[in-house]
Amino acid sequence: MAPIRVAIVGAGPAGAFSAAWLLREGGVHEIDLIERQPTPWGLLRTGVAPDHQDIKVLDERFDSEVLQRGARFIGNVEVGGDVSHAELMRHYHAVVYAVGARTDKSLGIPGEDLPGSLPATDFVAWYNGDPDRRDLAPDLSASRAVVIGNGNVAADVTRILALDPAELARTDIADHALEALRESRIEEVVVLGRRGPAQAAFTSAELRDLGRLEGVDTRVPPDEAELDPVSAEWLASEGTFTAERNVEFVREFAARPPQPDAKRRIVLRFLRSPVAIRGDGRVKAVDIQRNELYRDDEGMIRARAAGDEIETIECGLVLRSVGYRAVPLPDVPFDERRFVLPNARGRVIDGVGEPVPGVYAVGWIKRGPTGILGTNKRDAAESMRCLVEDLREGRLPDPPEPSREAVDALLAERKPDLVSVDGWRAIDALERSRGEQEQRPRVKLASRDDLLQAAAG
Amino acid sequence: MTYVITGSCIKDDSCVEVCPVDCIHPKPGAPDFETAEQLYIDPEVCIDCDACVEACPVDAVYAEFEIPPKHEYALELNARFFEERGSTAERTRSAAA
Repeated sequence: MAPIRVAIVGAGPAGAFSAAWLLREGGVHEIDLIERQPTPWGLLRTGVAPDHQDIKVLDERFDSEVLQRGARFIGNVEVGGDVSHAELMRHYHAVVYAVGARTDKSLGIPGEDLPGSLPATDFVAWYNGDPDRRDLAPDLSASRAVVIGNGNVAADVTRILALDPAELARTDIADHALEALRESRIEEVVVLGRRGPAQAAFTSAELRDLGRLEGVDTRVPPDEAELDPVSAEWLASEGTFTAERNVEFVREFAARPPQPDAKRRIVLRFLRSPVAIRGDGRVKAVDIQRNELYRDDEGMIRARAAGDEIETIECGLVLRSVGYRAVPLPDVPFDERRFVLPNARGRVIDGVGEPVPGVYAVGWIKRGPTGILGTNKRDAAESMRCLVEDLREGRLPDPPEPSREAVDALLAERKPDLVSVDGWRAIDALERSRGEQEQRPRVKLASRDDLLQAAAG
Repeated sequence: MTYVITGSCIKDDSCVEVCPVDCIHPKPGAPDFETAEQLYIDPEVCIDCDACVEACPVDAVYAEFEIPPKHEYALELNARFFEERGSTAERTRSAAA
């Protein structure tokens, strides 16, 4: 019998957990992780903040459970560009999409696209050395930045803007970002939450950290730390452990005396929505409006404008962080409303709900951009159980050329500069050795040319 | 003594799978699992066996006497999760009723 071959498109955490599950549970012989970046592990490398190195050691687990167990890494190859979905289906019994959510949600307010207004995800990719965002050049020359959103990406970008560059210099932050942040004139970061402290999506660990940065005065206007009646009732009746902690931290920040000697300031604002971003050719200010909370017909706590008073916050940089959004893939079904591959427990389904044989989804492209890293492990198990069940029941398609040689010949022709496992190991070794000289975990190669050159050896 | 889980936890359940006394919560499927930002160790039940430390892929678990200063708060946080959990579970039930 020919070996059973699986292509996993996207080598981020969802793809890595899927490969690890298949290698552990058996039944699949050849796994290729096909990745558009020259490096593996997705947002573990380009999303997780550089000052959260504890989490980045997950790459060692991925390496031992995926690459060292024989899955191949094929980097710098874009499915839907360099090779098509149909071509993969010629060479693999199953194709697993683990492509994540590449773009951001927009706010839908005037001025959103002015220079100086950026998706926080681009800013994250920039400081984490994503070669596609190397030239972002965020303007850090004004004294104030505004971050829109109350999730952990908002917390990350706020921390990076406020931290002492000397602290960042010990991390694997991209060198171009470190240089720019050293020259930053930002003194204050204002973070806007549409709803109140009880609804903030920060983890309490992230919020706690924001209040304990060296040399940073973190505060909340006291009246915005007070819970409105709807939130107070919710917190007392069904509040989560995290929400209770978050409310405590916000009250603590609000009660602090100002620290005039602090180098930088973080101001957390609540019940405030941006209504317009203003500027003449570039961002100069954000207009915000006060909200009140109410319960809708389904009991959900929602925000609506309270009055029409506008407050203007002058700033030179706006980072919007209101969620990720997936982009459609050529030749694969896409749910334009939920921004996912339509699927049943990971089996991609067509317009009438029938499974597309041999096509699966996992991670954010399957469930939407929710959950944390480990969520992908359970998610991968669910999708891969479907795949193995289909394999055992004989439901996988019969590809015409299911061989490693055939796909390697195709890729050699399309993408002579693809990055193999050995290429990635060369990049990794070079980055780590440069890091060692500077007492950092690694010094990232942050341009595609440098990465490909290092991979070529 | 006890072990504690810090904010680096990614909720991948590696520790839950190896814990011999079932002291790490919430577990997948529990009503408060999805909203939990991390897992916690019940200090009243933990037997200090170190299995979770070995299993954790992100080094988020520490023995009480080895907690780095920046994570010291986690000792109280883990305990507090279990102190409050009973009442949280009751509230979840009454809210669902």
